[in-house]
Amino acid sequence: MAVEGKIVKVSGPLVIAEGMKEANMFDVVRVGRERLIGEIIEMHGDRASIQVYEETAGLGRGDTVVSTGAPLSVELGPGLLQNIYDGIQRPLEVIRDRHGSNLPRGVDEPALDRNKIWHFETTLKFGDKVNPGDVYGTVQETEVVSHKIIVPPRVSGTIIEIKSGDYHIDDRIGKIKYPDGTITDITLMQKWPVRVARPYAVKLAPEDPMITGIRSIDTLFPISKGGTACIPGPFGSGKTVVQHQLAKWSNVDIVIYIGCGERGNEMTDVLREFPELTDPKTGKSLMQRTVLIANTSDMPVAAREASVYTGITIAEYFRDMGYSVAIIADSTSRWAEALREMSGRLEEMPGEEGYPAYLTSRLAQFYERAGKVVCLGSDKRIGALSAIGAVSPQGGDISEPVSQATLRIVKVFWGLDSSLAYKRHFPAINWLNSYSLYRDRLAPWFVGNVSRDWNDKATLCMKILQKESELDEIVKLVGVDALSSEDRLTLEVARSLREDYLQQDMFDLVDGYTQLDKQSDLLDLIFFFKDKAEAAIAAGADIQAVSELPVREKIGRAKSVVYENYKAEFEKIKKEIVSQLDALVAEAKE
Amino acid sequence: MMREYRTIEEVAGPLMLVRQVEGVKYDELGEIELDNGEVRRCRVLEVNGRNVLVQLFDNAAGLNLSTSKVRFVGHGVELPVSPNMLGRVFNGMGEPIDGGVKLIPEKSLNINGTPINPAARYYPSEFIQTGVSTIDGLNTLVRGQKLPIFSGSGLPHANLAAQIARQAKVLGTNEKFAVVFAAVGITFEEADFFISDFKKTGAIDRTVLFINLASDSAIERIATPRMALTAAEYLAFDLNMHVLVIITDITNYAEALREVSAARKEVPGRRGYPGYLYTDLATMYERAGRKMGSEGSITMIPILTMPEDDKTHPIPDLTGYITEGQIILSRDMYRKGYLPPVDVLPSLSRLKDKGIGKGRTREDHSGVMNQLFSSYARGKDAKELMVVLGEAALTPIDRLYAKFADAFEERYINQGFYENRTIEQTLDLGWELLSILPRSEMKRIKPEFVEKYWKAK
Repeated sequence: MAVEGKIVKVSGPLVIAEGMKEANMFDVVRVGRERLIGEIIEMHGDRASIQVYEETAGLGRGDTVVSTGAPLSVELGPGLLQNIYDGIQRPLEVIRDRHGSNLPRGVDEPALDRNKIWHFETTLKFGDKVNPGDVYGTVQETEVVSHKIIVPPRVSGTIIEIKSGDYHIDDRIGKIKYPDGTITDITLMQKWPVRVARPYAVKLAPEDPMITGIRSIDTLFPISKGGTACIPGPFGSGKTVVQHQLAKWSNVDIVIYIGCGERGNEMTDVLREFPELTDPKTGKSLMQRTVLIANTSDMPVAAREASVYTGITIAEYFRDMGYSVAIIADSTSRWAEALREMSGRLEEMPGEEGYPAYLTSRLAQFYERAGKVVCLGSDKRIGALSAIGAVSPQGGDISEPVSQATLRIVKVFWGLDSSLAYKRHFPAINWLNSYSLYRDRLAPWFVGNVSRDWNDKATLCMKILQKESELDEIVKLVGVDALSSEDRLTLEVARSLREDYLQQDMFDLVDGYTQLDKQSDLLDLIFFFKDKAEAAIAAGADIQAVSELPVREKIGRAKSVVYENYKAEFEKIKKEIVSQLDALVAEAKE
Repeated sequence: MMREYRTIEEVAGPLMLVRQVEGVKYDELGEIELDNGEVRRCRVLEVNGRNVLVQLFDNAAGLNLSTSKVRFVGHGVELPVSPNMLGRVFNGMGEPIDGGVKLIPEKSLNINGTPINPAARYYPSEFIQTGVSTIDGLNTLVRGQKLPIFSGSGLPHANLAAQIARQAKVLGTNEKFAVVFAAVGITFEEADFFISDFKKTGAIDRTVLFINLASDSAIERIATPRMALTAAEYLAFDLNMHVLVIITDITNYAEALREVSAARKEVPGRRGYPGYLYTDLATMYERAGRKMGSEGSITMIPILTMPEDDKTHPIPDLTGYITEGQIILSRDMYRKGYLPPVDVLPSLSRLKDKGIGKGRTREDHSGVMNQLFSSYARGKDAKELMVVLGEAALTPIDRLYAKFADAFEERYINQGFYENRTIEQTLDLGWELLSILPRSEMKRIKPEFVEKYWKAK
């Protein structure tokens, strides 16, 4: 039933309407003559407070508000991939083609293309019993993703008709009979309210890593499939580049990228670049596994609040098919600011820095929707949803409420550092204060799949870097000459680890993604130099000469050796290390 | 027939409450007629039942609760636009103040604009040569970018902005281009500096100026940058011109916003600025760019003075999160007499990577840039150490780095406001300076480029 009310108050994105007694909380409403989209967020008697997802200029007292009777929902089905949506799942490319290059108000375009025909394959037949999560059949949505049409949660019954064939998204592909005898159509598409987490059977502990190809992440601060991570950093520290890199090369099946209150050009960049990049795993375009959600900073603020929910609901839907999904949100701070703005307009009592008191619980709810799960359905397939959120703390100071609330929830912290960024050390992940609580859990996987001493190497790497920061303090006081040769060598090795290992040129095709075995061998190479140099110094070689060894330039370039022939090249470098150090020792003996 | 109300209930600071109105819309433009016939403008901030809260653009002096009349015009704040705007001077509310002929508008545009669909943007990638090495070589500007200058009181940001406006060009093209200049609460001298510089170079004929001086209404400043951007959008996207927008000073704008927010008793964010400062700034900055269906572009250089030279102050901080990089001026460099006093290390251009390299600037650009950055950073560290411990405490290689850092500041950064360097000159100078260091240190540059461009001493 459509409830119709009248506006009594307009203040920015907040509209209050009366005569809304019959409406439900969180119903979507259409506001004014232009039918702007809004959502009821508070009810007081017959007055409803509505957050409007579009610019409210031109609204006034007496304009009508019509409830649609349904909560804010997303359309789920074939056609999601390769698409770019706004915060409430309106297809931006369709809007561009039909309404021009700026965003008009009150547009109503379905999220999934109604005219496109999909080929549906099923193995079910008359009389089959289905339960929530069971698979009706599949649609090959893109070359790399087979889209499973799953029985929605809370639906079970007997198939009384189903047929493979070519269908539109809303065509009937079959019929199902519920236990109570009612018969309903089955379509390729389903809807789900964004503020409700999609159910699963069991949550599992994470045990395999999400491999990113970023050396400092994979080696020192790994994230698991189904894990949560945050990237806080001041502006200019490279949050977005890291996020793009994760979206490009992570070994997941589906990527949902949310640009929440960020720059328009960044979304354009993803939109233009991804179709041209090929996924090394499938050889097809990366866009074929990607869904973009863009609510840029100049788009209405309330829709920004909704965009993260839209994104994670789509992510859960793909997880339910048994895929490994990564959701990348840039930036959760903008989402929190949207919360703060609405909270202020609602005249709620503010918590810290004006943020609402429920900021922490909302953030927790969002990140808790991540995880590795056994999906609903009789085949007990396993899906994983990893959530990675950027945080943009004011002034880069992570003592502010959004960073602190996030840190209490997520398990991985990649802290970006402006002083590293100024030196153009990218990714500017500070190795001294970042952490990953998954390291121990993932250790067996790395030992079994990459190299037996992986964890020892990673620990040693951290130890040397830690030692470096201590020695640096001394050097600042008394100069490098006061250090012993051993300590000076430690400094040299640490420098090598920083410059030749952790530092990575994201825009370089070879260096931008490093395979795990190459990561392991590259670390070996640096530690090989360390061991041999230690022996040489013990045998009398001069530390200054060791630090100026010509082969070190080659170690520095080792990371950009192409994967195909890196092993041979590394062996060659090792030989040179030995011969050059031997020469030094011989010289010292004379 | 427009209704007139004599129901002003309250006036406090920049706010005014009008009662018993009918059919007034959110964000509508209003006019207040005083006893003496003077008309002032205002804008609806909140509709609450039959009351509306409006924000005055002028000061409230002379307003009378019983005799002043208010009428609402049925649309938001608009700017009349026409191709003849070029060469003209307007006040902060978009009215001509140069005494020239009356403008016959082609149409009127709402100054708030509408967001650009991110799916309809072109990614900016055309290199703009500004002739300034620290920008071209290290923090490259591209067409459609928004690159602010973070400055401090007393630093020569105006000279740098004028230098960019004077020298900027896209290599190998000869297209229509225009400058839109918005003075937001700056002094007469500073505005005059820009105007006379535009006059000297003849740029004034393709410039549109919007002037709100320090002596003008503070609240008008909320409208001024939007006036300028609306004019810029018209020139760029309707008339297909390439527009450079210079807005100075954003700090004054943010203060006007804070004044209104405080008067409304809103819950403040940091330092009393409203929680929506980010969104508000974004709706201005994001209007830069290139979009489909139009040849033109808007490149934006907002200037802001950082209170206490503090980059973490909310205004520069939030700006930095929206814009595509920043050029930071440094008081230290200025004291040393280096002009333009660009603080190279924290400066950044996010869009440089797709604007440089083979076919755009030169194949070695990216490598040289990274090498200069990291060498300069190391050189500065070495110099710091030298101050504490003396030169003898440095390793031989660090001594070279320190020498490099000095030469880099002296020659690369310190080029003055009137030297116009081509990108080749900038890159060659980079190589020349790098030759102070041993060749084996060129780890950031591809070996084949080192081979090709390395200048032996």
